[in-house]
Amino acid sequence: MNVLLDLFSVIAICFGTFFFLAGTAGLLRFPDALSRLHALTKADNLGVGLIVLGLLPHAGSLLAALKLVAIWALIQLAGATSAQLIARAIRRSG
Amino acid sequence: MSILQILDIGLAGLVLAVAAWTVFARDAFAAVVGFVAYGLLLSLVWVRLFAVDVALTEAAIGSGEHPTITHQPTSGVLLIGAAGRLRKVEASRDDELPGASLRLFAAALCIFVTLVLAGVVLSLPDPGPTLAPEAARHLAETGLGNPITAVLLSYRSFDTMLEKVVLVLAVVGVWSLAADQYWGGAAGNPRGAEPDGTRALLAQVLPPLGILIGIHMVWVGADEPGGAFQGGAILAAMWMITMMAGLTEMPSIRSRLLRLVLVAGPAVFVAVGVAGVAFASGVFAYPTGFAKPLILFIEAFMTLSIAVTLPVLVAGPPKRLRQQ
Repeated sequence: MNVLLDLFSVIAICFGTFFFLAGTAGLLRFPDALSRLHALTKADNLGVGLIVLGLLPHAGSLLAALKLVAIWALIQLAGATSAQLIARAIRRSG
Repeated sequence: MSILQILDIGLAGLVLAVAAWTVFARDAFAAVVGFVAYGLLLSLVWVRLFAVDVALTEAAIGSGEHPTITHQPTSGVLLIGAAGRLRKVEASRDDELPGASLRLFAAALCIFVTLVLAGVVLSLPDPGPTLAPEAARHLAETGLGNPITAVLLSYRSFDTMLEKVVLVLAVVGVWSLAADQYWGGAAGNPRGAEPDGTRALLAQVLPPLGILIGIHMVWVGADEPGGAFQGGAILAAMWMITMMAGLTEMPSIRSRLLRLVLVAGPAVFVAVGVAGVAFASGVFAYPTGFAKPLILFIEAFMTLSIAVTLPVLVAGPPKRLRQQ
């Protein structure tokens, strides 16, 4: 059971870091600001989400697990809001 | 070499690179963005040094400086606002740049200071001189579980009290920049208050949770990483978010309540400190057995003052008259 949980953690965290890597590559390589923003929000959203998912079995207590999920939700909220604001600023400046 | 050491070296390299980038950035806004990123990286450094308290403050204030070290709780928001105001004059500034010799001289001085500091740090005896065992031994007498809070509010409470007074002086400084006709008015909203769905949604969803987290951080500060400054900064951020969304307004600087809350923290701190003469062994001493309740009492008022001081600083001097 423990081995299975560890395996689950490793796979989820690896996928999470993959999204960070892909998001960073997109941030550096995509041609325009809106697509770069798109790449960046994928890292925030799926990257952090999968890492939190991988860490959940090791959280130790239910409270710690809930805190991890809350961190993910707050990052989602902050990421979505700032992406909207940046996108609007980009559209306004042409 | 372990993986953690490699990560540490990478982190240190990144901090230096971002610092260099901030110094060499031509545009003030770019330099501010670099400085904020530098602050966030430094908070990771503090975590690696097992100084989570400092890391929390660093992340909340995002300035690259811990208030107890440099007494300058300037936030990233404050700097971005300043860069935005400078943008208008920045274009015409190129011909006013100091000459090459002056810049070389400044660079030489900076390098000299860096070398002296590096020399001092490297010549420290190993293990370095420390009062940590002393601080840990007397922790039980304060009734606290977090040695950082004990240092800030018991062993060196006088320093902490003066830091809060500095914050009040900063507000006086900002307000004194007001134009004569606006004196007694209210500060404009930091980012202009056009109706904006995205910001309004964030300002409605986040504060209930943020206020809870802020209060929680103050409360656990007695025994775990956290405390008045970290919690107060989060509460301040919640007010700033609602102001930026145009949902709340800065009160008039004449508001008695506003002024009362601004000075409540330092005033209560001074009152408890002076009462130490009558009830304990001296100024800023706590009576035996009452240390923890008194510290929590002071922290509650300090949190309130910090939560109001930071938004007032960000909002700037009054720019419009109060609506009659």
